[in-house]
Amino acid sequence: MARRMPEEGRVFVQSESELAAISMVMGAALTGARAMTTSSSPGVSLMQEGISYLCGCELPAVIANVVRGGPGLGNIMAAQSDYFQAVKGGGHGDYRLLVLAPASVQEMYDFAYLAFDAAFAYRNPVMILSDGLIGQMMEPVAFRAPQHLRIAGVNYDASSWALTGAMGRPPRSIKSLLLGDGVLEAHNRTLQEKYQRMSAQVRYEALQTEDAEHIFVAYGICARICQGALARLRGEGLRVGLLRPITLWPFPSAWLRAHAAQLRHIMAVELSCGQMVEDVRLAVGDTTRVAFHGRCGGGVMTVDELCAEARRVFTQEH
Amino acid sequence: MHYTRPTALQDVATHYCAGCGHGVAHRLIAEVVDELGIRERTLAVAPVGCAVLAYDYWNFDVTEAAHGRAPAVATGMRRCNPDKVVFTYQGDGDLAAIGAGEIVNAANRGELISVFFINNATYGMTGGQMAPTTMLHQRTTTSPRGRETRAEGWPMKVVEMLAQLDGTAYAVRCALDTPKNIRAARAAIKKAFEVQLAGQGLAIVELLSACPVGWGMKPVEAIKAMAGTMTAQFPLGVVKQREK
Ligand SMILES: Cc1ncc(C[n+]2csc(CCOP(=O)(O)OP(=O)(O)O)c2C)c(N)n1
Repeated sequence: MARRMPEEGRVFVQSESELAAISMVMGAALTGARAMTTSSSPGVSLMQEGISYLCGCELPAVIANVVRGGPGLGNIMAAQSDYFQAVKGGGHGDYRLLVLAPASVQEMYDFAYLAFDAAFAYRNPVMILSDGLIGQMMEPVAFRAPQHLRIAGVNYDASSWALTGAMGRPPRSIKSLLLGDGVLEAHNRTLQEKYQRMSAQVRYEALQTEDAEHIFVAYGICARICQGALARLRGEGLRVGLLRPITLWPFPSAWLRAHAAQLRHIMAVELSCGQMVEDVRLAVGDTTRVAFHGRCGGGVMTVDELCAEARRVFTQEH
Repeated sequence: MHYTRPTALQDVATHYCAGCGHGVAHRLIAEVVDELGIRERTLAVAPVGCAVLAYDYWNFDVTEAAHGRAPAVATGMRRCNPDKVVFTYQGDGDLAAIGAGEIVNAANRGELISVFFINNATYGMTGGQMAPTTMLHQRTTTSPRGRETRAEGWPMKVVEMLAQLDGTAYAVRCALDTPKNIRAARAAIKKAFEVQLAGQGLAIVELLSACPVGWGMKPVEAIKAMAGTMTAQFPLGVVKQREK
């Protein structure tokens, strides 16, 4: 980016901190520019302040988090332990981010288009939540706009709302401080209605779920590992499928609810101590047994390990 | 002399306390914006602090940054819009405490922004806590025995500090107390915009300003107290003026 952006006549700034980086993104977004920033977990913690402001001010922006192990300085291995922060809101206030979880290098590329589309369609920040494995993996990539993924008719022209200078129009202010009686409550209601509309963007991939009695639910690198396990377990006669959430918020809860009765077991597989599994449980309630298999602190499950756990869990009677 | 409201100032009453310097500073900035004919291409960043509502007072585009982050927000705005004039307006809690990292690095990068820094030696909005610029022996709610160097350190000389950085093109300290000083402040504000328009680097104008409520004084008393006490610790004048 440091090399290419100036060549393209665009702006690249190395910030002094992630607090500053997200604020610079906000400054650019305020003027209607397409702006993004990227970091790994500890830096994204610092960005939570700015993310909350971006949501409060309804500004479009893209933030990519290539998650590493925590808490604290943790380590620099792959992890998915920032799920809560990304999906439940790591900053202050009632807000939502659209969260995209790529599971391949191709999707890392493709989702950048989708992320900006969604950011401008809803005037809301979008997070690409990846992990240290997908983030460092080498895979072939086709560099072309992924038309099949894009949101149709997004208006990237910000002139109706951005700060462009009060030329021939009254001045504008973009702010999140709303002090008047009931004004902030009304603003929050408007935001919630927008988040409701954003839930139409739910995306997922369901693999071999038609006849499945047991499914894995996994995103990012874990979905890739689950695919390996799937092939093997199917060969052993277990009717296993995979639900891969592509959007972590909105979460494919409706799909899970609709299929809960058909499933004997659901196993959430994550590189965390159990975060996404809470959304799975919320979706299906008591209707299906929900198990969890996770590794943390930079540990990654092997296909062997996952198969052994799946055989144990999926053959249990209720 | 014909005294009218600048076009760049809205026709509304402000919420500032009697004797506070924010209103004077707003007006001076508005006058200069009109004089330079830049109102329609000015983008301002209001701080967190007493001046957070500045967007209700100026008649140009204004946003608000998180506490202390105004120079970073302004960086994003100015870099993406080289044809605009961008300034931040920040208090001493905002700029010198929570936002010290942002202003130092924006200055060091030589961002083409103008910074108007209101030094009232306290956190006005939150009830008069100690700021990095609180004067020696000054009593605040968080230095009730008066600021002592042993526990609370020294008053931070912001313009002198920023003048050390090569990216800072213009650094000056003025006071909003007497008519003479206020005229000098107006000239400094104008210069700070001209430095930006000439692409020379970051320009900062520190404006010493009374906070009668925070200081526990009557308005006139507080303004009178500035000469001597405040200016002894924060000397007035141009600290740096780089010509290119
Ligand atoms: C991150 C954060 N910390 C604390 C606050 C509370 N707060 C609001 S204004 C303020 C102090 C502002 O003081 P100063 O910058 O000196 O401006 P003044 O009010 O004196 O003009 C503080 C601490 C906040 N809004 N955000």
